[in-house]
Amino acid sequence: MSTAAERSATEAPPILRVEGLNARIAGQQVVEDVSFTVPATGITALLGRNGVGKTSTIKAIIGLIDRAGVVELAGERIEKEATFKIIQRGVGYVPEDREVFSELTVAENLRLAERDAAPRRQLVEELFPDLLARSGQMAGTLSGGQQQMVSLARALLNTNKILLVDEPTKGLAPKIVGEVAETLAEAARTVPILLVEQNLHVVRQLAEGVVVLSGGRVVHTGRALDFLDDARLIQRHLGVSSDTASHGETAAEPAQKGAAL
Amino acid sequence: MSTLVLLLFTGLGLGALYFLVAAGLSLIYGLMGVLNFAHGAFLTLGAFTGWEMARRAGSDNWGVFLLSLVIGAAAGAAFAAFTEFVLIRRLYQRHIEQVLVTLGLSLAAVALFDGTWGTDPVYIQGPAWFKDTTDILGARVPNDRFVCIVAALLVLLALVFFLKKTRYGMIIRAGVENRSMVTALGIDVRKAFTLVFTIGGAAAGLGGVLASHYFGYVSPMLGGSLLIFAFIVTVIGGLGSLTGAAIAAVAVAVLQQFANFYLGGTGDFVVVLALALVLLFRPTGLLGRTA
Repeated sequence: MSTAAERSATEAPPILRVEGLNARIAGQQVVEDVSFTVPATGITALLGRNGVGKTSTIKAIIGLIDRAGVVELAGERIEKEATFKIIQRGVGYVPEDREVFSELTVAENLRLAERDAAPRRQLVEELFPDLLARSGQMAGTLSGGQQQMVSLARALLNTNKILLVDEPTKGLAPKIVGEVAETLAEAARTVPILLVEQNLHVVRQLAEGVVVLSGGRVVHTGRALDFLDDARLIQRHLGVSSDTASHGETAAEPAQKGAAL
Repeated sequence: MSTLVLLLFTGLGLGALYFLVAAGLSLIYGLMGVLNFAHGAFLTLGAFTGWEMARRAGSDNWGVFLLSLVIGAAAGAAFAAFTEFVLIRRLYQRHIEQVLVTLGLSLAAVALFDGTWGTDPVYIQGPAWFKDTTDILGARVPNDRFVCIVAALLVLLALVFFLKKTRYGMIIRAGVENRSMVTALGIDVRKAFTLVFTIGGAAAGLGGVLASHYFGYVSPMLGGSLLIFAFIVTVIGGLGSLTGAAIAAVAVAVLQQFANFYLGGTGDFVVVLALALVLLFRPTGLLGRTA
């Protein structure tokens, strides 16, 4: 039986609609006819093996790479707009590999990200007290986990219609992965999130829906738990066993065990 | 000793000119990836407009000189802003086209200067104090060197203040490091592009007026001849690094002066050799970012 929140999410128009999205990098097709929607609440995970086009899809949505197709944010077409205008419409972007400005201080990284007239500094300080203590430190000297906090904080400073979060736990220690997951869960209470994530334990913990890519195309959409509990689907689309998925290993790690992702 | 001091101050004065050209070049390349071959034309226009203003004023006092600096900087800034807005903005990410357009613009500008002010050098006067010398440790150093050094230091300080203390400065520093991430924060980085071009043009225009006093003349080729060394300074200092440009400008100019005097006029050769060594052993330059 579905909950009221789930029914509401199902019935509400999607916050993001992608239809027939194609993208190229240096002439090579990296996203091919991708179509999916992201509900207006909760976290939707974008899954797939390494190199299937998850990051490219995110980048194509906000125009960081050349793309064609339809992209709708809250019912308005945005695919012809420049990246900065799409972001100004209320998109928070947390890129793969953090991409903090290493030669700017933590405080400068955050100030640069402030779009709103009244940025939510207090929220960020409550979520990431460590950053406050390190505000004068060059972001490039922070640990990977701290850099991820800066990257998340930059997105959470503003009121957004959606967050696009690309592999936020990549390369982080297990304790930090837990903190990042908690932060995302907290954020998801107020803003829908499209999450690219290799750590299937985190996906199980956070995501309500999944969109699975393979070869630059969407091959599966549905409820996250249905997908994660289906050993056959996991094996076919992610190349890992359901046992691996349920025990919290990352979908990237099995590559070293012979299951390339 | 007096020769050493004279060479040092002459080198510092020349280094100041190199810096004024290289500062803009370095920031423009660092932020926008544009190799701007038209930058020398900004300098030449600044030099000619500064001289033209002084000529029309009919006086060579300090007031006219200072006004010529302002006029020269403004002319360089306006030319640079026009170049970015009308030509370069349509060519972002198209590096070959950028090189062709800026190279073509520099050739066209020289032809325009030839047609307007003639091909012969125009010899100029400045305040009488410029022609005097100041005795330092036995060396009689021409005063115009000090003017160049002080002006370049003031420009360096102003640029550092701008980059460190203003939001646009922060955007430019961030953009030099990762331009696409700046846009992904919702910032229209094109405004910063125009601003950087304008600031670079102003510094070059100012450098043009100072160069005309340093060398004693203005000619349509003035900017081109300084641009070559400014490119070398930019690469040695590290693309996108203002401090690197300042250090490299002084190092290149002083090295050039000493080699010219002690190694039989081989200053240009030694500078190119230094460039080759930097490219071989430290390709990112003295203070450039590693990949």
